[in-house]
Amino acid sequence: MLHPMAKARTAAEGTVPPPRAPASEPPAALTVADDPVIALRGAAVRVAGRALWSGVDLCIGAGEFVAVLGPNGVGKSTMIKVLLGMLPAADGEVRVLGARPGQANHRIGYLPQRRSFDPSMRIRGVDVVRLGLDGDRWGIPLWPFGARRRAARRRIEEVIELVGASTYAYRPIGTCSGGEQQRLLIAQALVRRPELLLLDEPLDSLDLPNQSAVTALISRICHQENVAVVMVAHDVNPILHHLDRVLYLAEGGAASGTPEEVITSPTLTRLYGTPVEVLRTSAGRLAVIGQPEAPALHTDRHADRHAVGPAAGGDHAAG
Amino acid sequence: MLLAETAAGPAWSWNLITDVQEMWSFPFMVNAFRAGTIVAVVSAAMGYFVVLRRQTFAAHTLSTVAFPGAAGAVLLGISAVYGYFTVCVAAAVVIAAVGWRGGGGGADEAALTGTVQAFLPACGFLFIALYKGLLGGPQSLLFGTFLGITTSQVTVLLGVGAAVLAALALIGRPLLFASVDPQVAAGRGVPVRALSVTFLVLLGAATAEASQITGTLLVFALMVIPAATAQTTTGRPGTGLALAVFLALAATWLGLTTAYYWPYPLGFFVTSYAFAGYLLVRSGRTLHTWLSRTRAPLLYKEATA
Amino acid sequence: MTGLLSALAPLDQPFLQHALLAGTAIAAASGLVGHFLVLRAQIFTADALSHVAFTGAMGALALGYDLHMGLFGCTVGIALLFGALGRKARPDDVVIGSVFSWILGLGAFFITLYTTSRSTTNGHAGISVLFGSIFGLSAGRASAAALVATAICLLMLLIARPLLFATLDEAVAAARGVPVRTLGFGFLAVTGVCAAEATQAVGSLLLLGLLAAPAGAAARLTDRPYRALALSALLAVLEMWAGLAASYAVPTMPPGFAIMAAATAVYAATFLVRRPAGRGRLRLRTAATGT
Repeated sequence: MLHPMAKARTAAEGTVPPPRAPASEPPAALTVADDPVIALRGAAVRVAGRALWSGVDLCIGAGEFVAVLGPNGVGKSTMIKVLLGMLPAADGEVRVLGARPGQANHRIGYLPQRRSFDPSMRIRGVDVVRLGLDGDRWGIPLWPFGARRRAARRRIEEVIELVGASTYAYRPIGTCSGGEQQRLLIAQALVRRPELLLLDEPLDSLDLPNQSAVTALISRICHQENVAVVMVAHDVNPILHHLDRVLYLAEGGAASGTPEEVITSPTLTRLYGTPVEVLRTSAGRLAVIGQPEAPALHTDRHADRHAVGPAAGGDHAAG
Repeated sequence: MLLAETAAGPAWSWNLITDVQEMWSFPFMVNAFRAGTIVAVVSAAMGYFVVLRRQTFAAHTLSTVAFPGAAGAVLLGISAVYGYFTVCVAAAVVIAAVGWRGGGGGADEAALTGTVQAFLPACGFLFIALYKGLLGGPQSLLFGTFLGITTSQVTVLLGVGAAVLAALALIGRPLLFASVDPQVAAGRGVPVRALSVTFLVLLGAATAEASQITGTLLVFALMVIPAATAQTTTGRPGTGLALAVFLALAATWLGLTTAYYWPYPLGFFVTSYAFAGYLLVRSGRTLHTWLSRTRAPLLYKEATA
Repeated sequence: MTGLLSALAPLDQPFLQHALLAGTAIAAASGLVGHFLVLRAQIFTADALSHVAFTGAMGALALGYDLHMGLFGCTVGIALLFGALGRKARPDDVVIGSVFSWILGLGAFFITLYTTSRSTTNGHAGISVLFGSIFGLSAGRASAAALVATAICLLMLLIARPLLFATLDEAVAAARGVPVRTLGFGFLAVTGVCAAEATQAVGSLLLLGLLAAPAGAAARLTDRPYRALALSALLAVLEMWAGLAASYAVPTMPPGFAIMAAATAVYAATFLVRRPAGRGRLRLRTAATGT
């Protein structure tokens, strides 16, 4: 099996990288240890008095693609909220982009767990993308000319092209399909050239071709533009080849490392406290099987729905 | 308060039986109680589904359009009853035809409903301005009166009420299914769209009926408040429905009795009683969740300590 | 030229000048506020507030206070209450329904209290609150209304962009530092003030039309948020003028009805216009050749 990095690079070949503003991001040569984008040390979180996870150590550098995996209700979305500073960490140290969480949110692109737009929402996709650029500024845009506005317009066109949404960006977003909306929202998250992308289940409600297309897109942005990506995922298979690292959360504990290190029978057995077996098919797909019931089955979404995790508390407990 | 004392009204004694006997010695009060009972039962039953389906906005629109119906009928010199029924049922059909998808659903439908809801009272205002006589003022049309309900009116109310309830009983179970989970219901072969249209038409009829007692502005109170109270209290459909009917009946009877002794509008008393019940249940519930929320961390601390 | 002059001759009349001054500002404010009400699917909230305005006005009259104090106090207070009751300052329909139907009942109580306790001419006060009395505004009242409405317009323009962001993408906006909850409350308060102002023009029963119809029409005509915002205000002002002119020309027609009729006619006309679905592709081609 190819190294994930190498695989991602081959997947990204043949696409023209868009021009970048080199001043706005740290040089790629910096090592992870020097300037981590995210640093968690012994981090723990409590929601309504219940400890979701604790003792999480994680260090993510620029240009790394990290997936947060785990069963339902384990606090994967809570992890994103902690990184955004919307929830305080109960214990340990959390640093995001060299600052406390919430201090550097303008440098973060965030894609929440998605609800779709109402079909009657008559706002164009391009307007939604544009709000990502200037939506937090007061007042309305009055003067449609000038260098700044031209630059903004160019950036929006650029990012829409980057996600391949040019054919439907000028349609009302309510009339776009789920996959199209997801691409536009990724464009919105990207429009400010973030140094960190926090994606909460971006592949949810997408079909298989769209899942792999969106994953390839995120991986390309991650590795070419040196953007750190933290993606909460339900199912590891569509993203497995692109991942640099995995953070596996389960019943209070956590494990991080390369997918080969973490998604193994011994690690998951330790995390769950019950025997768990990891099977690898010839196509590289993973299946996690527990005793006596399967705790989480990472084959596809439908199989996953039938599997009952040990910490099954429903998705809402996590969100 | 001051007014109640100066007005030459019946006096309240603490002997409940003589009070009720005295009150019911007037035929108009007996008719008011009959009509109020019918209206309360029908509105609460319909209201239960209105709240469940989150169609409060549509229900309010239907109740508002009852006013121009009545005003138009008065202008044409026919009984207001026909005006109520014609306009309410017609408005229900229009809303259903445009494709109302539940409260707050589509921005477009909300704007449309809002426009209809403002335009029709404007027409009612025009009718009243044209009529000039201001027959009892539009206030009794808007805020209701329980005086002068005739026996024939009660008969009409009973007939329509029974028909509405019978139809509701017939479609009750599939309607519940379609309200809770429209997609699955449609998959099972429940005619979701037809049910929604039927429901709105029934709602129109029920609104027209209730408008005559509570006034067009307050029908909504009898529909929504008891049902909302019931649904805050229980999650079971059967119990909830029964509770909603009971609460509506209680509010109506108490309201009628109070209005008999105090010269203030019936609608005010009915809504006040219903709303007091709602507040009671809501605050009880808030207290309950608050207690359980504050207790949870304590338990956690005890466990860790 | 003489034709134009004779057409403008009624403008010499002070009551029409006052109506135009207040009406124009109120219509513009309603158009701006209404656009966001439609976008946020909060029309029902506005509906509730418009009825609350009635109770506020009648309550103030019945208890012997200034009518406008009751209007503003009641609408803003209830708007904030709705915000507090709902999650993220977006109240639930059933809660709104329950609260405002009781408040309407209270309005009925006040109107009875007012009409029975004072002279018989008071009967018309209730009607003018319900259906508006724009031709009866005094000079001072009209300029006060215009000032308040202009302030609403400026405030709406100031918060337009973050509010749009918070409406479309609450979670992302919150992460970006937009004060989503405060904006929600602020918007509800502005809606309350706008409802109180508009009550004086078209009455509490009809002001929903002034909020919903131009905004709905604008949303049907364009998909661009800022253009829709401007169009909504413009349509509201034009409808107000048309209504005032019609009501002046035909004295039996109440101004409230005429304004509503104009608003409804414009909204109905937008259903005849084909939605701008094909224009996206055209723009796309120019955008593609441009880059």
